[in-house]
Order: sequence, then structure tokens, then C-alpha cells
Amino acid sequence: MTGLPLTPSQTVGPYLTIGLPWPDGPTVVPGDTPGAITITGRLVDGEGAPVPDGLIETWQADPDGRFDHPDDPRGAPGQGTAFRGFGRCPTAPDGSYHIVTLRPGALPSPDGGREAPHLDVSVFARGLLDRVVTRIYFPDEEEANADDPVLSAITDPARRGTLIAAADADDKSRFHFSIRLQGEHETVFFDV
Amino acid sequence: MTTHPPSPPAGLVLPSYERPSGLHPPLDSPGYRSTALRAPSQRPLMITQGLTEITGPALGEGRVAPADADLTTQHAGEPLGERIIVTGRVLDSGGRPIPDTLVEVWQANAAGRYQHAVDNHPAPLDPNFSGVGRCVTDSEGRYRFVTIKPGAYPWRNHPNAWRPAHIHFSLFGRAFTQRLVTQMYFPDDPLFEYDPIFNSIPDPKARQRLISRFDINLTEPDWALGYEWDIVLRGSAGTVFEEQPAAGRRGERR
Repeated sequence: MTGLPLTPSQTVGPYLTIGLPWPDGPTVVPGDTPGAITITGRLVDGEGAPVPDGLIETWQADPDGRFDHPDDPRGAPGQGTAFRGFGRCPTAPDGSYHIVTLRPGALPSPDGGREAPHLDVSVFARGLLDRVVTRIYFPDEEEANADDPVLSAITDPARRGTLIAAADADDKSRFHFSIRLQGEHETVFFDV
Repeated sequence: MTTHPPSPPAGLVLPSYERPSGLHPPLDSPGYRSTALRAPSQRPLMITQGLTEITGPALGEGRVAPADADLTTQHAGEPLGERIIVTGRVLDSGGRPIPDTLVEVWQANAAGRYQHAVDNHPAPLDPNFSGVGRCVTDSEGRYRFVTIKPGAYPWRNHPNAWRPAHIHFSLFGRAFTQRLVTQMYFPDDPLFEYDPIFNSIPDPKARQRLISRFDINLTEPDWALGYEWDIVLRGSAGTVFEEQPAAGRRGERR
């Protein structure tokens, strides 16, 4: 690829909450939407301490596995299914975040296989000079997860496990997904 | 993003975005102390760009008002400081403008103080300056903000540490792969050589690309100084070769 040289990244710094949060950022869909789920968790550093000045962003397909985007060669989703697909939530003093959304559908992958339902996640924080990227998968999609090209490329089950949300014991609409930036149980991050 | 051609019959042909190597700062940059406990220790795993990565949100419509691009008119009075215009284009590396994409900025006031509870720098807050702006690029990928030149400010990274004046920029482009948050600096800042964040970018020439350019032609007489800064996001095969019919239906996007 030749052409214009790219603009490099810099950290969001400690004051990102001035500029980036939106009142409706965490609600990809309103909480009373049928089928809405809540994904919640904590962002922690290499000592397990909460990261209170981070930002979590999510991007995902709709429940049919579709994107309202011109580069999706399958064409537009059906009428009346406008779905923002994008969520963003600053972390709280205890490092916690939450995203209210719909479960994404599975996707065809370029190699002819299928990708299991997932959300792409960007993490920004003071001390991160570039975003880090991970994925959230679902615990009750064992079969799809086993066939997923990204998950199945990770041979260590403990590492693979960092990408799979935990089901809430009491509430079927809640999932837990914490992100550990460094150290023991470090979340798997991706170069996309 | 309302009209799409019918689905192609078979095969999933997706654009492929370039992956810059050695461009962005290494996450583990010891000169910037906050990286010590936050930089992942494992290398990121390279994955094939699939549908989630080559698509992205279309934000801005209904979210951004024209007034959001003028940081000097958000309060009852005018903020103190040097009024400036900051404008430029959001492009991909193929030189193609990225229209209709959200640009978000935040910054310190003229005294080098952020309107943020954590900022305890003993410099005055300005009741007429929040330091937040948003706009959506036009059909040529252009953005434009009116604001106040931010001040330099001290931070506690090391003894006598000062950040060069900067404005934080958040860019989406049109694909998840293109997401970028960075900082724009001003020409000839004497603090560049002392700043571990600016210098975390390995290539000195790449650092220069974060420095805006003063432009007398952008300056509005008797009103505000003008600075220009273009932002270049990752390009994709298929955007670089726009003119070739073989680019197929992707070429219809523009």
C-alpha cells in the first residue's frame, strides 16, 4: 500500500471523559427493548487494580448477523431494523462499565467458514498509547465458538477463556466480561 | 448508507485494510510511566479482518449540531485566550477523503487547565470554556473547529514535566480498523523534545505529522488565527485503486 503516510496514535490521557462519553453511549438499544442484554465487567491493570479513567467501545452485528454498512457485500439489513451497533461507556471509579445491547448473530467469514456471535471491543485509557482491541463471545454458543476461526486459533484454553463472557447466575439477560490489561489472566488482544 | 446493491451470489469478498507496523507508539513506553501497569505483556494476536472489522458505525446524524464545532460560543460569555480556527481533512492513505465521519475533540483552556475533576493544576478554570467539540466531515472529508489555543500544562510523569499544547482528536473513519484517537500539536513548541508522549512515536518523521501548520490564508482577519491539520487513516485495497473498474461494486460507494 503506497500513498499518504498515516497519522500515528496518542493516548486519550486522563481527561477523556470531557470529550468522549455520550449520555446514551452505553445503550446500543433502550433497556426495555425485547431481547436486550447487559454486558458488564471491570477494566483492571497489571496489579488487578481498577482502571477508573478508561473507555470501552463495542461494535457488532445485529441479531441477524447484518451490518448497515456499504462494505457488507450481503446488502442492507431488512427495513425497520435500524441498529446502531456501537456502544461506548467510560469506566467508573471501580473500573466497571456496562453495555446494553442485543445479541449479535453469527457471521460468514472470508475463508468460507462462520464466525461465532461476538462484539469487537476497543479499550482506551491513560497509559495506553494506542487502543487495544479484544472480542466478547458468549458462553452458551459452545458449538459456534468451537468453529470460530479466531477462537480456535488460540490453543491455550485459559487464554481463549478470557474472550468468553460469563453468564450471570440469576439473570439470563446479563453477562460478565472483565478486561485485564496485563499480567495473570491477561485478556487476549488482537491486531486487526 | 441507505441504498445497497443486491447481495452477490457467492463468496465473501471484503476490503482489506493495511496494517501499519512501527507507526504507532509501542504500548510499553517506559518514559511514559502510566504504561507500566497498563500495557499488555503479550503481543496482540493478528486476526483476519472479517465483517466486524471492515464495517463501522455511522455516527453523527442527529448527534452533532453545527454549533458543536465552535468551542467559543458554548457559554454566555467568550472564553479567554487566543481564538483559533483548526481545520483539515480526514483522508485514507489512498488520498481519498472520508466524508460524513464523526470527529470529536477535547482540550485544556488557554491557561492549561481541563474542566475535569481530576485536574488540580493551579491554573484558572474558564467558566466560558468547556473544551469539547464535535463535527461531521463534509463531502470532501473536511472538518473545521473554532476554539481557543490550549495552554501547556504540568503533569507528574517526571520532575518538571510539561505537556506541549495539544488538542485531543477522536476519529472513526468508516471501519472498525480505522478507529484512531490521537493528539494535534502546534508548530514550534519548545516542549516537544521533553515530552515522552510525543516522543513515544518511534519515527521522528511520523511525530511531525501530529503538528498542525499555521496558515495565513486560513486566518480570518481581525478575528482568529488559522491552523491546518490533515488526518490520514488506514487505507484498504479497493479504496486505493478507486479508478479501476475491477474494484467492482465497492467503487460505487463514492
